[in-house]
This record gives sequence, structure tokens and C-alpha cells, in this order.
Amino acid sequence: MNALEIRNVTKTYPNFTLNHLDLTLPNGCIMGLVGENGAGKSTTIKLILNMVEKEGGTIRILGTDQEKDLHVTKQDLGVVLDEVGFPQCLDAKQIEKVLKYTFRNWDGALYRCLCRTLSVPMEKPFQEFSRGMKMKLGIIAALSHHPRLLLLDEATSGLDPVARDEVLSLLNEFTREEDHAVLISSHIVSDLEKICDYIAFLHQGTLLLCEEKDRLFEEYGILSCSKETLNALPPDAVKGVQLSPYGAKALVMRKRIPLGMDLSPVSIEELFLLMVKKNH
Amino acid sequence: MTILIDNKSGAPIYDQIYSQIKAQIISGALSKDDPLPSIRNLAKDLRISVVTTKRAYDELEREGFIYTVPGKGCFVAPKNIELLRETQLRQIEEHIEEIIKLAAGCNLSKEELLEMFRINLEESI
Repeated sequence: MNALEIRNVTKTYPNFTLNHLDLTLPNGCIMGLVGENGAGKSTTIKLILNMVEKEGGTIRILGTDQEKDLHVTKQDLGVVLDEVGFPQCLDAKQIEKVLKYTFRNWDGALYRCLCRTLSVPMEKPFQEFSRGMKMKLGIIAALSHHPRLLLLDEATSGLDPVARDEVLSLLNEFTREEDHAVLISSHIVSDLEKICDYIAFLHQGTLLLCEEKDRLFEEYGILSCSKETLNALPPDAVKGVQLSPYGAKALVMRKRIPLGMDLSPVSIEELFLLMVKKNH
Repeated sequence: MTILIDNKSGAPIYDQIYSQIKAQIISGALSKDDPLPSIRNLAKDLRISVVTTKRAYDELEREGFIYTVPGKGCFVAPKNIELLRETQLRQIEEHIEEIIKLAAGCNLSKEELLEMFRINLEESI
């Protein structure tokens, strides 16, 4: 079963269109949504949660129809949006008291255990939390009712490297269960590169690519060469170019270029930057 | 069991897992009917993709190095000498193909290539 199926979903704003989006997240996997600001990442997550209304297409969450069953499915969803919106005057203990009546599967022991492991203070009002603390508490709260699907919007931005690594470890452990899945958007591409099974690129409301991460590394490479060499390559082998006065750095399909040419491995960040350049 | 993943080597991750498990089966470090970690646990412990780990196990199973018991997991298959020989022969063929392609890339004639090979062979034996 797929944890998430988005079919042909469209949303138009005055200056922005999310264009016939198709996305499938299989169970047990982590998918990273990469894109610059305004690419449509948050819109996608809001559409899934029905926080904004879609204009067409269908969304299925954990095998249920989003339009009919979202109120039930929400018990199985963990959501962390860009801003964690707990009441400013409550502390972690009081927040638990509210949440335990919100979710049927609330696990207080797990909540307190995670707070301890991630050193989130229990008796400090939320407004005095640093951004990192707020994010951590948001993620802990999202995990503590045993969800099956986690939706995270920019959950690692604003965190220091150690806190980011803690959060990534949590997600890694979360998907040890076969029927758990995560959709995470971020513009810290290196974080996504570390934990995702699938990577999806959004650019100006259009899905450029959605592929298994390691396949991307296998299919693409970086070729550093002179402009003459670049021009001699078959045009469909080159997926993006960065020119300098002294040469060129090109994103190429490994299979399409002549053997013996020296390619270096590509990072997801380079892949995205070079692909977006091509699409400008 | 030791598995080391090198992100910078350029070798596909699935290939690194596949060849390291295979090497440990061939060397005897893993013996017949030893259980292997589950795909999901191995992936999460190594912090790599589940899909990639599955690909490595599928490849090992296809080549007869491991077998799956539904509901129980994967285990090391009994060693098959004939199979090992078969795999190694295929590897040699793949390397030869690679050599031929590289040779074509630098315009080496058939005679020159054979000569190179003969010299190397005599030096090593």
C-alpha cells in the first residue's frame, strides 16, 4: 500500500500555479521534497491536509480518500508545519495535558521519554523556547500519538547541526517500522540527502523529478570539461550546465556520454541547482 | 558482520553492500544458514535507503548466495562451488568488455591490446 498518493492535483493562486502534481510515497519510505522558496512545497503539504482547497485531482492518505475520511485519518498523521503553534504561555507538561485529550493513541510515556532524550525542558513556558527547542517539541508531539505518516514542512531549518542530526535520527528510527512513512520538505538539501529514500524536485509549481535517491547518484554525474568538449556531447546527455570563462561544469547522464570520460559523483544539491538553471 | 559504506567512493551503495556480504560469504566469515539482518534494520542502522538495501539483497538472492524464508528473514545459502566459479567467470567477462571499450577509446589496435595483455600475464605468472 502507498502511504500517500497525489494524482493530478492543481491549485492556482494569482501568481502561482501548482501544476497537475503527481506524487506517490510508498509505505516504509522517506520522501524529501526539494525546491526553492515559493516552489510549491508548503502548498503541497497544505493541500494534503486540506488546509487549502484543491481545484482538481485526488489525494489518498494511508489508503483512505482525503475528501471523505480526513477527519478520521488525522489520528494517524503527525504534522509539523514551519511554525510550531503551541500556546505561548504553556509549558511542555501542560501541552501534554491538552494533547492527550486530542489524540486517541496518545502515549504520555513516549512523549516524556522523547523530551528527556532530546533535552526539552518540561517546566519552561513555550514562548521562552529557542527556535530549535520549539521545533523539537513539535516533532516530539507529532510522534507521540503513534502516527503512521509524518508530514514535515521545513522541520530542520533553524536548527543547529547537532539538533538537526537528532531530528534526522528520530525520523530514521520512526521508519524502522514497515508501515510508517515520512514526507519532509526542506531547502537544506544535505539533510534530505542523508535520510531520504526518494527525492522529489519542485520548481515553480511543477514537479521536475521524483526518483529513488540512490538511482539519481547512479544515473547522473558531474563532468568538468572545456566548452569544446561540452559542445561535442550529445545534447540529450547534458541536463544542466554552469559556465565559467575557463570551462564548464555539466550535469550529465552517465549512460549517454562516451566511456573513459572522467565523471565525479553528484550531490543532490548540485543536481537540483543545475537542473533548475536549465529550466530557467 | 562488517559493512562499511563509503559515500565518496562513487561505487553505487547497493553494490557496496552486495559485494561486502558476498565477500564474507565466500571467505567463510558468514556460514551456511546464518541469519542476515532484516532489510529494514540494516538500512536504518547504516542510515541508507531501504530501497537500495532491498536491491542488494535481491541481487544476492538472485545469484543464490542467500535465501528468504517468508516471515523469518534472509539466510546465507549453502556454498556452491560451481556457482562461485560461474560468478567469477562472469566478472572476468565484464572486465574484458570494459578493457575493450577503454581500448577503443584510445585507438588501441587488436594486436597492441593482445601484446599488452601477454606482457602483463607473463609478468604475473
